[in-house]
Order: sequence, then C-alpha cells, then structure tokens
Amino acid sequence: MLQFPIYLDNHATTRMDPRVLEAMLPYFTENFGNAASRNHSFGWVAEEAVEKGRKQIADLIGATSKEIVLTSGATESNNLAIKGVAEMYAQKGNHIITAATEHKAVLDTCKRLEKHGCRVTYLPVGQDGLVDLDQLREAITDKTVLVSIMYGNNEIGTIQPVREIGAICREKGVLFHTDGTQAVGKIPVSVLTDNIDLMSFSAHKMYGPKGVGGLYVRRKNPRVQLTAQMDGGGHERGFRSGTLNVPGIVGLGKAAELCSLGMTQEIARASELRDRLKDKLLSELDETYINGSVDHRLPHNLNISFAYVEGESLLMGINDIAVSSGSACTSATLEPSYVLKALGAGDDLAHSSIRFGIGRFNTDEEIDYTANKVIEVVRKLRDLSPLYEMVKEGVDLSKVEWAAH
Amino acid sequence: MAYSDKVLDHYNSPRNVGSLDKKDPHVGTGLVGAPECGDVMKLQIRVNPDTGVIEDAKFKTFGCGSAIASSSLATEMLKGRTVDEAGQIKNTQIVNELSLPPVKIHCSVLAEDAIKAAIEDYRAKQGAPAGGALQQSV
Repeated sequence: MLQFPIYLDNHATTRMDPRVLEAMLPYFTENFGNAASRNHSFGWVAEEAVEKGRKQIADLIGATSKEIVLTSGATESNNLAIKGVAEMYAQKGNHIITAATEHKAVLDTCKRLEKHGCRVTYLPVGQDGLVDLDQLREAITDKTVLVSIMYGNNEIGTIQPVREIGAICREKGVLFHTDGTQAVGKIPVSVLTDNIDLMSFSAHKMYGPKGVGGLYVRRKNPRVQLTAQMDGGGHERGFRSGTLNVPGIVGLGKAAELCSLGMTQEIARASELRDRLKDKLLSELDETYINGSVDHRLPHNLNISFAYVEGESLLMGINDIAVSSGSACTSATLEPSYVLKALGAGDDLAHSSIRFGIGRFNTDEEIDYTANKVIEVVRKLRDLSPLYEMVKEGVDLSKVEWAAH
Repeated sequence: MAYSDKVLDHYNSPRNVGSLDKKDPHVGTGLVGAPECGDVMKLQIRVNPDTGVIEDAKFKTFGCGSAIASSSLATEMLKGRTVDEAGQIKNTQIVNELSLPPVKIHCSVLAEDAIKAAIEDYRAKQGAPAGGALQQSV
C-alpha cells in the first residue's frame, strides 16, 4: 500500500531509523547525566554512552575514537575545519583551495575568510562534476594550507577522486579536508586509505537524529591542529566546547553501526531503485538528461533535467512526492542551482532539474508510482511549453533573441 | 510555497492552451521572457477585422505555476475585449485575481508584457493603425 506523500528527498535529510530512536530513548529521562560530570554515576553512564557512540562512528570511517570531535552537525564541522586550520596555520600561509560545487557551508566559510585576508581558489569542475587533478596540483602553492573538496555532492551525487586528491595533498604537505556529509554511511569511506586529514559528517543524513555530527581530525602522520571556534569548558580535547548532546551522540553511533552492517545490501538496493527510476524516465521521455557523472556517483542520487519544463511547475504537478528542484524560483531574480551552472549546463536546463534522493525506506512501488507520475506531468507541461513547441518546429532556441527580464 | 486556489485551478485546468496560425494577418503573437530566466510566455490573439474584438486567445507558457496561471487568466480576460480595451489590462488585475504573493508579481508583469507584445504584433501586421485610439503606443 502506497502512503503519501512519498519521500524521495534523502539528500536533505533521512527518516530516523526506529532502532536508532530506541537506542537514544534511555538517555533523555533516565540516563540524563552530563558526560563531563566526573564525580557521580550519572556522569559516568553518560560518558560511557558517548564513548560507545564515538567508537561506532570512528569504526565506520576507519578512524580511532580520539580522532572524532563531536559537533552539532556538518555545517559546524565544516566551519571548524576550515576556519580552525586557517587560523592555526596562518604563519605557514593563507591560501585555501576548494571547488565551485561545494556546499554553502564550505563556500561561505571560505568567503568569510577571504574578508579576513585569506586567498581562496575555487576550482572549476568538468561537465561530469569532477575536479581536475592536474588543476588541483597546479593550484597548490607554498602558501596553501588547506584543500577542501567534498566526498559526494549533495545535488548531483558526484563522487570526487578523494583518494587521489588526498595523495596529492600528502605529497605537497598540505592538509586535506573533505565534507563527507552525503557519503559517510552510504558508501565505504576510510580516512586511512583515502588519505583524509579532516572530514565532516552528520547523523541525520544517515538515519540518525538532527543536531549532531562530527569532525574527524587526524592524530598522526600528520597530527592536525585546529584553533577552536567555540570557547568554553574545553570539551572535545579543547577543539569544541559545549556540553555533549548525549542522546544525539548515542543516535549517531547507532546510525553509524547500522549503516556499516547493512552497507553492501543498501548500496545494491539503492542503485537498483535509482536505475529503475532512471531507466523508466529516460525510455519514456525525450530530451531528458542526467546531470553529473554516471560512473562516479552516489548510489542513491539521481539528478535529471527535463528540457523545456520548468522545475517548480513540475514540482507543483507531483506534489504528492517530496523531491527537490535545482531552481529556486522564489525571488524576482530567478537563481538556478550554482552546482548545475558549474557543470556548464545552460540556465534553461538548470531551471528544469529535479533531484531524487533514494533512501533505506523507499519501495519498488514508490519508485514506479514516481516514475509514472513524473512522466505524466512532464508530458502535460510540455504540451503547455512554447519552448518544446518551437523545438519541435525546428527552431534553434539558442538563436532566438529573448527579451530577458 | 502555498499556492492560492485560483493558481492551482489554472495550473490544473489551464484555459485556452494552444496555438493560433501566426501567419494569419488577424492573429497577433507575443513571445516574452527567456529560458535562462525560467519564464517564457507565448500569447496569441485573433481579432475580428470588422469589430476589432478579440475572438480567440491562446497561450503556452514555460514557467512556474504562477506564470502558467497568469497567462491562462490573461487569455480569459482578453476574449471579448476590443484590442484597445485589451491594451488597458494591467498586471495588478492579475495579481489581485490570483492572489499572487510578492515574489510572484513578476509572473503577472510578464503576462502584461505578453498581452502588449501580441497587440503590437497584430497592429504591425495591420500596417498603419486604423483608428485614432489605436495610436496610443504600447
């Protein structure tokens, strides 16, 4: 039995796994202690729970417990990693390298640092969304202190060549941070083999609770230092003050454990559902394009442009399915997705894109319903589209003199 | 974003979708907007040469639900009016009728532009304006 609305926006957030909730519940009312209380059992129980959670997330990414700094989520972790390195290594240099398709939590952090005298290189990406390793190598100077390139992209699912990027950074003696928010828990990620020095992650993207996440900070070869961005009681070895979110951390750990246990099956399942959706859409609709690399892609991501159909009107027609549009037509200056623009997609295609994010709880029936509904609405909107009509009449839209407004 | 019932109604059952023969001397065609802005409207009118009354209006729109609704409503407003009367239609009438929120006002502006462009095209096809009132520039 289908239940509406269907949730296919698992890059935005995921439904918490009931097993995660079950693990968390005792830590609200029963075991409510502060993990920093050293003098009584309430504190000891809380600390034990935190350390278990820390170990579970560390195991998922091939780290040790002492390398995990627990935070409120990936945005905070990105801020701490980038600002913390820039401040700590200011004597060494002031140059940071990142990519045009990063999340705003990375880009806007870099923009702020530019105001404080840092120099930032924003690497372009190819049509497939991948950074060019030669360009990265050439961008590194003796002033470069940090390279920050995400693991898997939140819009187009492109998986960057993280291991190779890490190797280049290691060779050049530059620290490497990766925003692992969309990848951790979804695909095998190892800070050891992937040569990662710092990595951000978030619980709510892997069926855990919102408001908790962490930053992996390498302890040896090299030992990474950071300037804390939150001052206070000196929690998390001085990297991040603030009373620990004990139930959240328990949830993060449980979510990590479940992802680790089921990863092989979940990857197979997600890519099967994704391909089922993709194949149906592409076989039934013409002028429909996949955004981002097909080969280097998160298994649960599908980002498609339906040419000559505007994204928001498409979302309106499929309002019993929760997905996300690449264009945010909410202001007078219509801004299509900067990620799609960075791929070189024309603004018109960027306005026509939909992101599908498949998750643990999606079913075959939901995918089939979604495919059929999207096909129906795209056809209806193309009957309404002057652009589709013009193209069918043989008009080259790029040669039309549009009255831009 | 929540859409008004009227926007939803026009989106779900758009009025007067389609195309008129743009080579017909009594048909005026307006094509406004740009694909990269996420809005393109094509609006057409067919005018009775004897009475100057718009007998038919058709539209096709690439754009958000409010843009589709604005152009759908515009075709309804055009039918039965003279070309002169049609030239008086203001975007604010569309805003009020559809209860458009501020971020969607540009959709109504585009619809007004499309009406004006269709009238302009029709008048250009007619050569010199037939009557004094028609000399108002658009």
